[in-house]
Amino acid sequence: MAAATTEKKDYRGTVHSLSRDIMTGWMTQLKEAASNGAPSAYMMISGNCVEILRCFDILPVFPEINALQLAIRKNSLPYIIKSEEIGYASDNCAYVKADIGYSLCGGVGVDGNTPKPSMIVCNFVGCNVYIKWFEHCSSMFKVPMVMLDIPFVREESPSSDDIRYVMTQLHELIAQCEQLTGKKFDLDRLRMILRDSARAERGWTRCKHLCKNRPAPFDAYFDSINMMGPINALRGTREAADFFDAVVAEYERMVADGVGVLDEEQFRIVVEGPPPYPAYRSFRNLFEKWRAVAVQSTYSTVGGTWEFGFEHDPDRPLESIAEQMIIHNLCNRSMLERYRQIRTYVEDWNADALVIHSIKSCRLFSAGQGDMREHFTRDLGVPTLMVESDLEDPRYYSEAQMKNRIDAFFESLQYKRIRKGKSDAQKIEI
Amino acid sequence: MTTEEIIAHCRELLDLLPAQALERAKERHPHIGGFGVFPVYAPLEVIHAAGLMPVGLFGAGGKIELSHAESRFQSFICSIAKSTLELFLRGDMDAFTGVVFSSICDVARNLASIVKRNAPNHYVEYLHLPQNLYSAGSSAYTRAEFERFRTNLSSRIGRPITDETINRSLELYNKVRRITRALYEHRRKYTGAIAAADLYAVVQAGTRMMPEDFAPLLEELFEQVAARKTRARDGARVVIEGAFCELPPLGLIEVIEAAGCIVKDDDLIIGWRLFSEDVCLNGDPLGSLAGAYLSSNVYTSVRHDRERPRTDGLMRRIADAGAEAVVFAPAKFCEPALLDYVPFRLRLEEAGVPHLKVEFEEKMWAFEAVRTEVETFAESMLFD
Repeated sequence: MAAATTEKKDYRGTVHSLSRDIMTGWMTQLKEAASNGAPSAYMMISGNCVEILRCFDILPVFPEINALQLAIRKNSLPYIIKSEEIGYASDNCAYVKADIGYSLCGGVGVDGNTPKPSMIVCNFVGCNVYIKWFEHCSSMFKVPMVMLDIPFVREESPSSDDIRYVMTQLHELIAQCEQLTGKKFDLDRLRMILRDSARAERGWTRCKHLCKNRPAPFDAYFDSINMMGPINALRGTREAADFFDAVVAEYERMVADGVGVLDEEQFRIVVEGPPPYPAYRSFRNLFEKWRAVAVQSTYSTVGGTWEFGFEHDPDRPLESIAEQMIIHNLCNRSMLERYRQIRTYVEDWNADALVIHSIKSCRLFSAGQGDMREHFTRDLGVPTLMVESDLEDPRYYSEAQMKNRIDAFFESLQYKRIRKGKSDAQKIEI
Repeated sequence: MTTEEIIAHCRELLDLLPAQALERAKERHPHIGGFGVFPVYAPLEVIHAAGLMPVGLFGAGGKIELSHAESRFQSFICSIAKSTLELFLRGDMDAFTGVVFSSICDVARNLASIVKRNAPNHYVEYLHLPQNLYSAGSSAYTRAEFERFRTNLSSRIGRPITDETINRSLELYNKVRRITRALYEHRRKYTGAIAAADLYAVVQAGTRMMPEDFAPLLEELFEQVAARKTRARDGARVVIEGAFCELPPLGLIEVIEAAGCIVKDDDLIIGWRLFSEDVCLNGDPLGSLAGAYLSSNVYTSVRHDRERPRTDGLMRRIADAGAEAVVFAPAKFCEPALLDYVPFRLRLEEAGVPHLKVEFEEKMWAFEAVRTEVETFAESMLFD
């Protein structure tokens, strides 16, 4: 008689392996470009215009993803220290330090995994540190830096002057790409690329909305990372669009079967702020233990807030790229807009609580999150937990302290729920 | 007034909170209102032309206790953000018509939002100043941004702000900047012409006075300083770099000189003296201001300049000042300054220029450790 086998459930699901496959494909291209000198360009994630690079077969390289991978593989600290040795402060963004340290140690260039960029496209979309980071890279690699200055959203909607300014800069970027590659800009090709972008964006949006179901088919904070790579870095490729078709099919099937990412969903939370990548799994465990699932997260919208209806438009190619960069991403919008975004998440995704993960590295996210906690707790009555660590530097993550805070928070939520249950039961009796 | 009296008057103004400085100005200009200007740069002329006094909002300089702001901003956020918010939370800015922030860093941007939420009756403006100085669209964009400010402010105060009045304000601020440049130039030429802390106090006082009062005071000071015989003393000739936003306590600047350095140039309050020459007066003052902002060769850590990197700017500043070393004075947790420290440092080391880093906080009051550090640094150069 054959021995009974127990099927082990992979908490990451099939989406993780699909994501890993296409991301590995891209990284293989990067590795090849490092040695064969194929044109490549540095770019930042938030509100990026990767489609323009793709239109010229310029391979996009994202230093943020490099930093993220170093952290999640628990390799970031030596590179952070390397950067601190040349003068970076302990208070500087550790993403920058890990990436620069990695470059200083030979990670970029012919012997590394990442190509030395042919040019640096600084899409300044919200985060001021981007500018410094890319200035340093430009000076280190001695390659030109193209600045794409995207006006911050500071009125109800961007003015025609804002849009014109960005459009002019996009045309200038195109001219730079033409010069770099010797290729003529092909508008029809850009339209084709944007069709794939839009298909991927529809898929990503559908996934996000599927989390309105109870139980949620995936964790919109921890599992979103599987989709953030494809939507932000591989957007505009057939592979990314196909990936999202497959992901939607998988999550729709889970919803139809009543299957959630957790066996028994107890708490639905919204998470604000990037995760602590050096302690990704253990941080996740602290929530899973309480059967708490993130049904929405702000971090997953740094590249785009597609779930609110925007998608690239092949009929208005450059205009829609400009709109995406200015309006439809988290980073280029104010804190107050973020409050509204989170409130929508709490209400429309039926969340029980807000968890703020405040990270030292990224002031764009963290500066003033105490005010956010104040607003959600006092003005809106949303139970809110704020914990602190870092997204890159393992020295700022304290497991014991984190566990204490998270346990205490969910214990109190549970207690409130029990009390509410009792009082509801009493009301029924009366 | 004598030089000493002018300096004493300026130092006295620094002890005031922004609202008190406004009250003081109202003694001479009863009908003016106040408008807070968070560093680094804002078109002061537009504010002044609106009949308001632009008041430098550099936090509270350690003059108030932080009771509420500490709970809104984490421990790793700079002092200026916290004490600025505290001023609003305490109601200390209630007499002001509004406040303007700009795109200098991530903290300042979030601060603008938080002030807006916590002080809902205030007009809070946020300017996105251009980071691309060389696009074909930069000039029109910058002008439009200043125009947007004029329109919003005008609608807030309920009266137009005309080109003519802006031009008049421009003339005044041109004069203030021109004399300030002259004072700086004089200090570069004549070592010991004016103590660094005194010049710093005067420039800072200028952010708390109406320009029509400040210009003649500055003029008087310049005439006296220029006429004074200076006695060069021994010391390490240094440039102070990195304190372009949050203000270091006067005591820190005093200690740097007392410990053996002679400050030849600095970037203190750089936003209020950003232009290297007069802004041209024509029929389009906002266009002129936009042009000046884009083409001014005064570098700052909060403006990317593809053609004129800050590292070149610092080397030029050192050479023009006849300095031999740099004292970096970044505010604690100031990301732009701390990030810039790295390329500056690498460049200085390449050129063999000694440097020292001294971080500060606005509420800093003990300087003994700094004194020892600076003394050692200065002596290492003097007796090399």
